[in-house]
Amino acid sequence: MTKLLLGRYLPGDSWVHKLDPRTKLMASFYYIGIIFLANNWQTYLLMFMATMVMVAASKIKLGFFLRGVRPMIWLILFTVMLQVFFTKGGATYWSWGWLAITQYGLTNGAFIFMRFVLIIFVSTLLTLTTQPLSLADAVESLLKPLRVLHVPVTELALVLQIALRFVPTLMDQTTKIMNAQRARGVDFGSGNLFQQMKAVVPLLIPLFVDSFGIAEDLATAMDARGYQGGDGRTKYRVLQYHRKDIVAGMIMAGLTIALIFLKA
Amino acid sequence: MSFTYQAGTPFAGDGLKDVTTTIKDGSYTAIIGHTGSGKSTLLQHLNALLKPTAGTVTIGDRVITNETNNKNLKPIRREVGMVFQFAENQLFEQTVAKDIAFGPTNFGVPAEEAEKQAAAMVALVGLPPEVLEQSPFDLSGGQMRRVAIAGVLAMKPSVLVLDEPTAGLDPAGRAEMMTMFNRLHQEQGLTIVLVTHQMDDVADYADHVLVMDQGRLVKEGTPREIFQDADWLADHQLGLPKTAAMARRLTAQGFRFDPLPLTTAQLADQLLPQIGGPAHD
Repeated sequence: MTKLLLGRYLPGDSWVHKLDPRTKLMASFYYIGIIFLANNWQTYLLMFMATMVMVAASKIKLGFFLRGVRPMIWLILFTVMLQVFFTKGGATYWSWGWLAITQYGLTNGAFIFMRFVLIIFVSTLLTLTTQPLSLADAVESLLKPLRVLHVPVTELALVLQIALRFVPTLMDQTTKIMNAQRARGVDFGSGNLFQQMKAVVPLLIPLFVDSFGIAEDLATAMDARGYQGGDGRTKYRVLQYHRKDIVAGMIMAGLTIALIFLKA
Repeated sequence: MSFTYQAGTPFAGDGLKDVTTTIKDGSYTAIIGHTGSGKSTLLQHLNALLKPTAGTVTIGDRVITNETNNKNLKPIRREVGMVFQFAENQLFEQTVAKDIAFGPTNFGVPAEEAEKQAAAMVALVGLPPEVLEQSPFDLSGGQMRRVAIAGVLAMKPSVLVLDEPTAGLDPAGRAEMMTMFNRLHQEQGLTIVLVTHQMDDVADYADHVLVMDQGRLVKEGTPREIFQDADWLADHQLGLPKTAAMARRLTAQGFRFDPLPLTTAQLADQLLPQIGGPAHD
């Protein structure tokens, strides 16, 4: 359970940590968008340098980012292989029937690989430096304009916040139940596929029962404290943009200009 | 033996630090210590659910170290039955009988035989035979706890590890359950390891006590030795059994107790001559 990096916040007080969560969220999406502008060595080098500067600014060890890439590595390699084998053009280095490794194929493969890694690095950076609840606040704040269209933004944000809040609780509960069933002789993650699927039942049923219990308790507790939801609620954590956030925005704008200037 | 949670990450936290102890076969050992002192972490080493980061755990003739393979741990898990906190959370089967039979069947007991055993187990934990065919989720919390304990006992372990087995039960249910564990200990020679906050239970049943604090084993001895020093216990956020506490207050009033009484009977025995009553038999 502890290996799961998704949504893993690493406390810290770096420049990146202190940015407004809305800035980080928007910048991450923007960055992922402009990565698609890169199409030659210069632009990929630029994006790579920029990502490394951001990673350095977060004061988090590079190892954590590499660990984020690991679960995706087969998908990445598969995509890279497709690019390498099926892109035609330039000098041909090797061919067998309709498969061929060409100059363009190799460069495209390398570009796709870079693109994947950079996107994972940036999204890892976002989740490592931002508390999940701050992210939920940011989503709520950014979605606010949609209220005009009668989108229940506060309710959606509440659902998101509750879901995020209970991820660690459910993970703890999973560990506990797994231990209890292991003590009763269940081997998780061994045996054939059918045995493994069967082993999940004694884990999932107690988890379901427990989740419903938690949901009921939470609903009662919220009722007891007079929760009504709605738009008039004030916030305990008030989001506010600072000079850092303007700087971050300017960096993104600068990157975009440089990309457009350098791209082929 | 030491254990570090999430070793090698910034979240690394010490669970246990240099704990060395022996739990004797056939003993009734209590582990006490305030919340977060490492009691539960220690327990999970007793059937290899956790492996020590440094040092060794010897269970019977098996030695568990950091390098021990996760396979072939089943025999240990069968020998050392573990009742977790709020054990009722582990129930999942459609009927009580099937849930109790779950452990034994995992260890190779034929399903029919295991369900037959379940009937005996239900009686052992003091539930009526009708519950066997009911869904465990239709029972009350206390009954569910009993079913879960029956499910562990059904594996016929020789060591029973109990992590606050009576937390959240009413006083009558608590007494009943503790009596049952004691009977298993006396009659079948089960080795019992009990984690508890109930000092009365420690005084009444245990013959050996381990005191944990901040992941370290800070004191070890008989209940009498442990409860002798009330101030030391208070420093470690622990209390005295009711009888010992009462004896202490009576001492302040001029009564004399030697040795320190731990059970109500012992207290009465020593108190009666001092207030001029007839000898207690």
